[in-house]
Amino acid sequence: MASAPASDVALPRARRWGLVSARPAIAGALATAYLSLVVLIPIAAVLAESMTDGWAGFWKAISAPQAIAAVKFTVIVSAIVVAINVVTGTLIAWVLVRDDFPGKRTVNALIDLPFALPTIVAGLTLLALYGPKGPAPVDIGFTKVGVAAALLFVTLPFVVRSVQPVLMELDREMEEAAQSLGAGGFRVFRSIILPTLLPAIASGAGLGFARALGEFGSVVLISGNIPFKTEVASVFLFGQIESNNTRGAAAVSVVLLVLSFVLLLAVSWVGTRAERHAR
Amino acid sequence: MAIEVRNVSKAFGDFQALDDVSVVVPDGSLTALLGPSGGGKSTLLRVIAGLESADAGEVFFDGTSVSGVAPQHRDVGFVFQHYAAFKHMTVRDNVAFGLKIRKKPKAEIAERVEELLRLVHLDGFASRYPAQLSGGQRQRMALARALAVEPKVLLLDEPFGALDAKVRKELRDWLRRLHDEVPVTTVFVTHDQEEALEVAEQIVVINEGRIEQAGSPEELYEDPATPFVMGFVGPVAKLGEVYVRPHDIDLELEPVDGGYEAQIEHVARVGFEARVEAHLADGAPVSVLVTRHQAAEQELEPGQIIWLRPHRVHEFAVA
Repeated sequence: MASAPASDVALPRARRWGLVSARPAIAGALATAYLSLVVLIPIAAVLAESMTDGWAGFWKAISAPQAIAAVKFTVIVSAIVVAINVVTGTLIAWVLVRDDFPGKRTVNALIDLPFALPTIVAGLTLLALYGPKGPAPVDIGFTKVGVAAALLFVTLPFVVRSVQPVLMELDREMEEAAQSLGAGGFRVFRSIILPTLLPAIASGAGLGFARALGEFGSVVLISGNIPFKTEVASVFLFGQIESNNTRGAAAVSVVLLVLSFVLLLAVSWVGTRAERHAR
Repeated sequence: MAIEVRNVSKAFGDFQALDDVSVVVPDGSLTALLGPSGGGKSTLLRVIAGLESADAGEVFFDGTSVSGVAPQHRDVGFVFQHYAAFKHMTVRDNVAFGLKIRKKPKAEIAERVEELLRLVHLDGFASRYPAQLSGGQRQRMALARALAVEPKVLLLDEPFGALDAKVRKELRDWLRRLHDEVPVTTVFVTHDQEEALEVAEQIVVINEGRIEQAGSPEELYEDPATPFVMGFVGPVAKLGEVYVRPHDIDLELEPVDGGYEAQIEHVARVGFEARVEAHLADGAPVSVLVTRHQAAEQELEPGQIIWLRPHRVHEFAVA
């Protein structure tokens, strides 16, 4: 929607009234209809469901202590996971673009594994390794750390994959120019490379955060779903529906929805801000 | 500051970019490194800047070896063909970059930046981003940025190569004048012989990783050391075994002593000159420059038989 269709005025007169001018309108209608069918209408349904009992019911549902605990834990653990991802993801992208080592292509391909792997399998794997009966010397099964580990696993590719292409396109001469002006390695990174990568890092972080907020499959096994301790929002929602409290579930869904939406706006804001100067 | 490059070699894999190159750039001079693409001239410039390390040989600044000195400590200003503008910074911040690293006081930086932007005719553009500038403006900004730190050497790598012909010509004249105002030792790389002849005080011709000749524009044009230099810095015609500039050939309508018989193919009148394209008896093509006046007087036309006698020839020792 951001890019306006070619203006009719620019078209030759003979084509102005033909199919050409109708095409953008039809395309626009199709896109909107599809988006509505697949995304907007279901979201509206959830909103309506959450409001069945009015504001009071909505408020009651989202202010229940267990709901608050679940959402709070989810947001905090997601934020921590994203913070770690920002550092490690950028580092991995850096190594994959700038360094050469044996097996680099394989590592590069493996980064996408968390995307491809069914998340429940990921959860099972983590539990088998780090759980009470696992071979690993640590036992993080049914702990907050376990939840974080699961989220780190599934969100790893986001920052890596958004930073990588930008790093590949990065103008090496910009770094050399900074060097010739007296900048040492760290200064070049801080003043030249990092600002250039920032939009990509922010976008990867935002997408990863949104994913972590709603993650279910990989978390449900390892977290143990202990209320007020390791229960994440999505698992809490599932529990509410299981116990026939659809409205309460819908209300908490709306909270997650709003969080994701705000995040999306923030990401696109960072993106357009950076776009303005990057050419 | 004088630069001396001594016996420098550099290879990239199997490709020998520089092969035992030695050259001296006098203090305060404006020197061009001229040669065809891939000839090694940019590599030489990057070795001087420290952006590339030589496999063998050394670079001296005022007699002191700078091998092993990192580029950020060499005090060189470097200007790239594609500007290498810091896209996320305003013009002001771009120019101030080197000064901020040197931790100059804010007021001094502001003053110096303003002065430099005036010098490169970009006053009023300080708050813009590089994306909002034309190519020529971006390159002037890059120059101001390089000059800001008062480098001892200014190195420019094909600085006008990405610009269109008109802007290139303007910037070329402007660089020439700038060097008179700010007489810092300047080395620029170009593959355009006209640019080198017009701007530089000294030209170093580099081909296939070796120095062909170094000297003033006049020396190179009038007294080229090799057929390559002769052909690279100007038009050249070959009569039998001798090389000659097309304007150093006398065109006669009657047989003359030491003349070569030729037949005219085409006469092109350009400005006050006429270029006569002809071929010799053995079929070799040759081009001759005469005045428009002479072409009219001799009524030169295609098919005509003429005699060509060089009055200034260049002979080269067989390499």
